[in-house]
Amino acid sequence: MTSLTTKKQGFTGSDIPPSSVYDQCVRCGLCLPTCPTYVETLVETSSPRGRIALIKAVSEGHLDLTSPGFMHQMEECLDCRACEAVCPSGVEYGRLLEPARTQIERATKSRRPRHMRLARWFSLRVLFGNLGVMRLVASLLRFYQRSVLQRSVRESGLLRTFGLEKLEALTPRISPRFFTPRNQRHPSVAPERKLTVFLHAGCVMHVAFAETNAATLRVLQRCGCDVLIPAGQGCCGAIAVHAGDMDFGRTLARRNIIAMEESGADVYVVNAAGCGSALKEYGKLFADDPQWAARAATFSSRVCDVLELVDKIGLAPGLGAINAAVTYQEPCHLVHAQRISEAPRRLLARIPGMLLREMNESSLCCGSAGIYNVTQPEMAERLQERKIRNILDAQPHIVATANPGCALQMIAGLAKIGRRIHVRHVIDLLDESYSAYMPASGVLPSNAASISG
Amino acid sequence: MRLRCVRRGLRRGGGKIGVGPRRQVRKHSEVHLESPGVLAEELRQIVGERNVLTTDEDLLVYGYDGTWYQSKPLIVLLPETAEQIAAVHRLANRERLAITPRAMGSGLSGGSVPSAGSIVLNTARMNRILEIDEDNAVAVVQPGVITGDLQRAVEARGLFYPPDPSSLKQSAIGGNIAENAGGARCLKYGVTRDYVAALQAVLPQGEIIRIGGKMVKNVTGYDLRSLFTGAEGTLGTITEATLRLLHKPRFDATATAAFSRIEDAAAAVTAIMRSGIMPVSIELMDRITMQCVEELSPIGLPTDSDAMLLFAVDGNHERAMLADLEAIVSIARDHNAGEARVAQNAQESAALWAARRAISPALARKRPHKLGEDISIPRSQLVAMVRRVREIAQRHALLIPIFGHAGDGNLHPNILCDRRDAAETARVRIAAREIFEAAVELGGTLSGEHGIGLLKKQFMELDLGVDTLALMRRIKNAIDPNGIMNPGKMFPEPGGLDAFDLR
Repeated sequence: MTSLTTKKQGFTGSDIPPSSVYDQCVRCGLCLPTCPTYVETLVETSSPRGRIALIKAVSEGHLDLTSPGFMHQMEECLDCRACEAVCPSGVEYGRLLEPARTQIERATKSRRPRHMRLARWFSLRVLFGNLGVMRLVASLLRFYQRSVLQRSVRESGLLRTFGLEKLEALTPRISPRFFTPRNQRHPSVAPERKLTVFLHAGCVMHVAFAETNAATLRVLQRCGCDVLIPAGQGCCGAIAVHAGDMDFGRTLARRNIIAMEESGADVYVVNAAGCGSALKEYGKLFADDPQWAARAATFSSRVCDVLELVDKIGLAPGLGAINAAVTYQEPCHLVHAQRISEAPRRLLARIPGMLLREMNESSLCCGSAGIYNVTQPEMAERLQERKIRNILDAQPHIVATANPGCALQMIAGLAKIGRRIHVRHVIDLLDESYSAYMPASGVLPSNAASISG
Repeated sequence: MRLRCVRRGLRRGGGKIGVGPRRQVRKHSEVHLESPGVLAEELRQIVGERNVLTTDEDLLVYGYDGTWYQSKPLIVLLPETAEQIAAVHRLANRERLAITPRAMGSGLSGGSVPSAGSIVLNTARMNRILEIDEDNAVAVVQPGVITGDLQRAVEARGLFYPPDPSSLKQSAIGGNIAENAGGARCLKYGVTRDYVAALQAVLPQGEIIRIGGKMVKNVTGYDLRSLFTGAEGTLGTITEATLRLLHKPRFDATATAAFSRIEDAAAAVTAIMRSGIMPVSIELMDRITMQCVEELSPIGLPTDSDAMLLFAVDGNHERAMLADLEAIVSIARDHNAGEARVAQNAQESAALWAARRAISPALARKRPHKLGEDISIPRSQLVAMVRRVREIAQRHALLIPIFGHAGDGNLHPNILCDRRDAAETARVRIAAREIFEAAVELGGTLSGEHGIGLLKKQFMELDLGVDTLALMRRIKNAIDPNGIMNPGKMFPEPGGLDAFDLR
């Protein structure tokens, strides 16, 4: 082989994709039709089986770690884990991709221009590493969004000049009030107290989806949970790990592990699928760290998505009607990474008046995938358009989902074509259903009229 | 023309007639070093810029299929029309370049592993279902349609495409036709060939032919549909297929029987098939297979038994169908089945078939590697074959679980091993050879549904005899005089059985 004639740069140091994982791949190809980038391109190189072969080739010295084709494939992957969920051989694909990205990041860091490194350092380490900074930035953003500034900037064409148009469209609308963890303790309002739970406030969630956090809190209280919101918590680290900064991911993870240990809660509840999946994988993140491995594994075993938990402990009575057709978009990190698919549908089906209409390819990634919109704008847009087509075919009034990234991606996609279909978290809909309840009468006019826009 | 000056420097194929078809195809190194740019440019003109892949990464991932083999093609093309494929064939013929057609690359005999330096012609982008004709009960499809997608599409209209290779969720119709794929339902419904009503194919020299049609009966001339189905891409590239459909039976049901001796299970299979009942499937799992499945996902298979049979029936009359299933269970009991029962509900059936589908991955996890065999023998030789395999396993100290489609005599002995262990690999090679020899001795054949490809080509003469193999070569040479279509597959290399190579 020609590729053997020169010395290739391979994986080095810590966080090497383990051969025990890629050797499990028997190349059966079952993953191909489930992979969003494969179904869009129909090119093997853009498939999980192809990417595993590439990672193996780098490991065995046949391919260069920093070859453009390899780096592109590691970036083009959405890390949606659809392949992992269907793999009959049990290949844990994420355990190959994330170290491979970390390796690329380390090998190429010094080559990037200084302003790029600075931007990455600020966004990954400062912004996500410190919720105070995030709130400060969010406050500025909120000022921008609420003032005449936004409209004048949009109209000026400045965004296009700097290539920020798409990014701006995807920036979440900042909540009027933040959901800041301050060691709050909210007791259960159900007759029977079932559990004490630790509520993960999140990073983007607590500034841009504060209402969803509040809804989560209310539903948990109704369903018999004492809810703690400890101040020691922070970002889950998913963004860092997916971007190839596993070291910083571990720094963030330690904070949450300590906060959970100190809280004495039974369950660590999270309402963002992406965060939930990262939190459930702390055990694997620290597998090679004898000091933290056991603590991380214990922590992960206690993490529960809020929909999974509510489905398990049972919804409290008192749901009111929402007369609307809803379609459910499955977040990758809920359906594939956490294998939770039925619980959200069961919960939606419990809401009186709600009609669940399945869309095609409900579990195919919408293209949001963390910072994917920024790193792979073209593929992100193709997948967004595909998702919007599938949504429109189902003709819903509401799209329900369970992850902020997916929500933003669909809101932006629907806005682009001027369709007023509401995008809501399942827990928001449950909360709304509870508040629509009127004990005296059976049927009542709900606020669904405003929803079916 | 620029190409001509490039060509002048190249050694032309000698046209020597070796044991294989005439090999005039250029060696990888020649092409790669002297003319990749010019050729790529001409191929780009034919299929379009977006349908040409040339990077090291691309060439690496189009170099394998579902087997152990790995190679490196010259270039990968993703054509979108039959006309483009015809133009590629003409160019390859002119330049004496090899072509390897490929659909999803999930094959189990190396048929779509490119010969080094060949053009991979991947039909993945020809993936439309062109027509579902309910009046004639046929579907017209392009070769890149995933088999399971076709099944779903026709079932939505109450129709039924029966061939069900285990790979149906990832394999495509083009590959299924090229390998003449089977599956568990073949006992009652037959293999892919039985559903090919018509084909459009591009011949090696670029002619686009249509054979067959939507009619049911057709005896005009040679049966070329049968020749091209299962030809493993050695005679041309399939560009469209018209597939027969049935009506989906309204009911189906499942039963199982456990046996303390695998011989009793085999005898029960023969007795059931003599009884006049036609089950959809009779699947066999031996003890090691059951143990491996239970280790992966315990569902309570009878691992203390020597073998288990899994029966499926279907029909439009539920009571008649269930009566058949009861009769099957009672025949199994007559043959010393320890436990024999009908699955009581859909979930129970689903769990049993999930266990059946879990076999391959379960075996793959038991040891680092596995060599999946696919011998097919007359049903009456089931007992003899199982004994031979067990004896071979013992003699070579190898773990060889046996499972497969017992009803039609198609067994999958899987040799579990670690290829990094040279001594063990040497034993695997001998054991594989002995299994092929045993199958042929018992009146069977090398492959029931996976095809010959690279894996079994050295055994072709053993199976077919000198004259039949020579006839196949003459057919190959007549259709593909320059030997450009998928060279190195199906026909043995010099060296006979000693050249059997697992790589």
